[in-house]
Amino acid sequence: MSQEPMSIDELKRMAGTIRCDIIEMTCTAAAGHPGGSLSATDIVTALYFRVMRIDPANPQWPDRDRFILSKGHACPAWYSALAERGYFDKQHLSTLRRLGSMLQGHPDMHKCPGIDMSVGSLGQGISAGLGMALAGKLMKKDYHVWVVVGDGECQEGSVWEAAMAAPKWKLDNFTVIVDRNHLQNDFCVEDVMPVEPLADKWRAFNWHVETIDGHSMEQVVAALEAASERKGVPTAIIAETVKGKGVSFMENSADWHGKAPCVSEADQALCEIRRCTCEI
Amino acid sequence: MKSSYRHILPEVQALLSSKDLFVKAKGEPTRLTYGEALLSLGAQNPNVVSLDADVSKPMKTFLFAAKFPERSFNFGIAEQNMMAAAAGMATTGLIPFANTYAVFASMRALDMVRNSIHYPRLNVKIAASHSGITPGPDGVTHQAQEDLSIMRALAGSTVIAPADPTSTRMAVYAAAAYDGPVYLSFTRDPVPVLYDESFPFKIGKAVLVREGKDAAIIANRDLVVQALIAAESLAQKGIDVRVIDCHTLKPLDEQMVLKAAKETGAIVTAENNIIYGGLGSAVAELLVEKYPIPMKRVGVGNTFAESGPYLEVIDKYGLTARHIIKAVKAVLKRKPSVKVKPQAKPTATPKLKTKKKSEVKAKAGRKR
Repeated sequence: MSQEPMSIDELKRMAGTIRCDIIEMTCTAAAGHPGGSLSATDIVTALYFRVMRIDPANPQWPDRDRFILSKGHACPAWYSALAERGYFDKQHLSTLRRLGSMLQGHPDMHKCPGIDMSVGSLGQGISAGLGMALAGKLMKKDYHVWVVVGDGECQEGSVWEAAMAAPKWKLDNFTVIVDRNHLQNDFCVEDVMPVEPLADKWRAFNWHVETIDGHSMEQVVAALEAASERKGVPTAIIAETVKGKGVSFMENSADWHGKAPCVSEADQALCEIRRCTCEI
Repeated sequence: MKSSYRHILPEVQALLSSKDLFVKAKGEPTRLTYGEALLSLGAQNPNVVSLDADVSKPMKTFLFAAKFPERSFNFGIAEQNMMAAAAGMATTGLIPFANTYAVFASMRALDMVRNSIHYPRLNVKIAASHSGITPGPDGVTHQAQEDLSIMRALAGSTVIAPADPTSTRMAVYAAAAYDGPVYLSFTRDPVPVLYDESFPFKIGKAVLVREGKDAAIIANRDLVVQALIAAESLAQKGIDVRVIDCHTLKPLDEQMVLKAAKETGAIVTAENNIIYGGLGSAVAELLVEKYPIPMKRVGVGNTFAESGPYLEVIDKYGLTARHIIKAVKAVLKRKPSVKVKPQAKPTATPKLKTKKKSEVKAKAGRKR
């Protein structure tokens, strides 16, 4: 590791930086998914700057922890975390979704350093993570595999195929964090296709389940660090989040699932995020 | 007399004109050959892992599971999870063989096969039994008459459909040695052991298994034996037909196909797969751009099949030697300058000469 794990306050400030990156990236690209990127930001920040065993100088290190953003459309958060962590130069962030960019609309593991799996089609990243966790056990490696899935993504049947499989092999090196922001592309998750009782579902599939405030850095870090120590069972963390978190006009609005802010909207968003970050 | 056949076992050559070929020749479903080959591969290569979806018995991969339990993973009836998990395993350097039936591998789990395996070019081997209409009795839900077309359409795919147990074994080893996704197609029902160990299996290299100059039949998987039966029958009528085992559908051995086109001037393709997008399409696409000559495709038409004994089903749906013979005769009629000379006597072996269209028609009519 080329960097000491961050304190809670440092993590909060880094989350603010990543939120600003997300706004700037999607604004510059005039496309992308800011809402779900902002809801997942605190989780991604805690993983990359405190919890995960990684070496940005050696992205293919066989013993590294793996991270998969199964809800691949939220990749601006992932790209920003990778850039801020030093996997590649920050100037690439302005190339999101451009022709020839390493930052594809949905992540490509061969184009972008630090991306452990190409994802985008929902319900697959969790299975890929399961495969990595199985491989880790087989090869007697002690890395941990972290996967973020969306709550809308939990409507995909294959998520539950993976959920059924992980406890069979007692994959305690495997943690799934559900970004429970209650909104999906069309409308509210509960209106489109209810997923509740979500925690009970994971519990019924024999996972250890915790429900946390996904924007409380203290709770996020505590839940992730506990998951990395837990033995004999995979962990599902239901992270209650707010879609568009940190930007008043984006919060709790399905309209900002796949819409980029224009320049004036971006300016307002950046002001709000920076003001909030200054208070830390 | 020098045999026209290459790599074909003598006992099979002797049986090609017999109605009892499928009874008398040694044979087995290539899905079982696969399971045994995977077992020996497992002993040679510790990185090989076997992923099952509740068909480890029909594919004989339970042998691998018994010998290497720590390297065997049964995902249950959940092919989508299995395919994407195989992709995840491959990122760590393991070589996963994901075993299921072709309908599930190429259709139910296609999104995973495309996005998680082929897009990132991960080193997953997809072992698909019950490919084409090789599951006769199971009926349409288990007859993957489209799997080869679908797999061929994926960017960067390698698609292999071996004809017999000997080449199946070789294909499994070759797939393991190849870096990247490979789709291996196996039969549910038995096919004869056609080849001896001289069969030169190489991914992307079709194999000439019968020499001939009047026309060429390019076949894959279980229709190679039907092509050989057809060629033997045609030889007895003085028509000298080349047979090519095009075990790798993709990448297509363009050199071998073009050589056959140039040297014989007439091509018939034979595949137990729908005629849209498979071997016939691949050959037609090549010929129409580089060397247009008369060509005909034998394959499943615009229909689903039905249950029945394997040989009866493929016969009803137009995939046996008699259909290939008919196609060869039809394509020969369209050859611009070379026509078949009528036979003076049944025993004569006529040379190819220019002849009027009407005479060929009359001759073909007599033979029915």
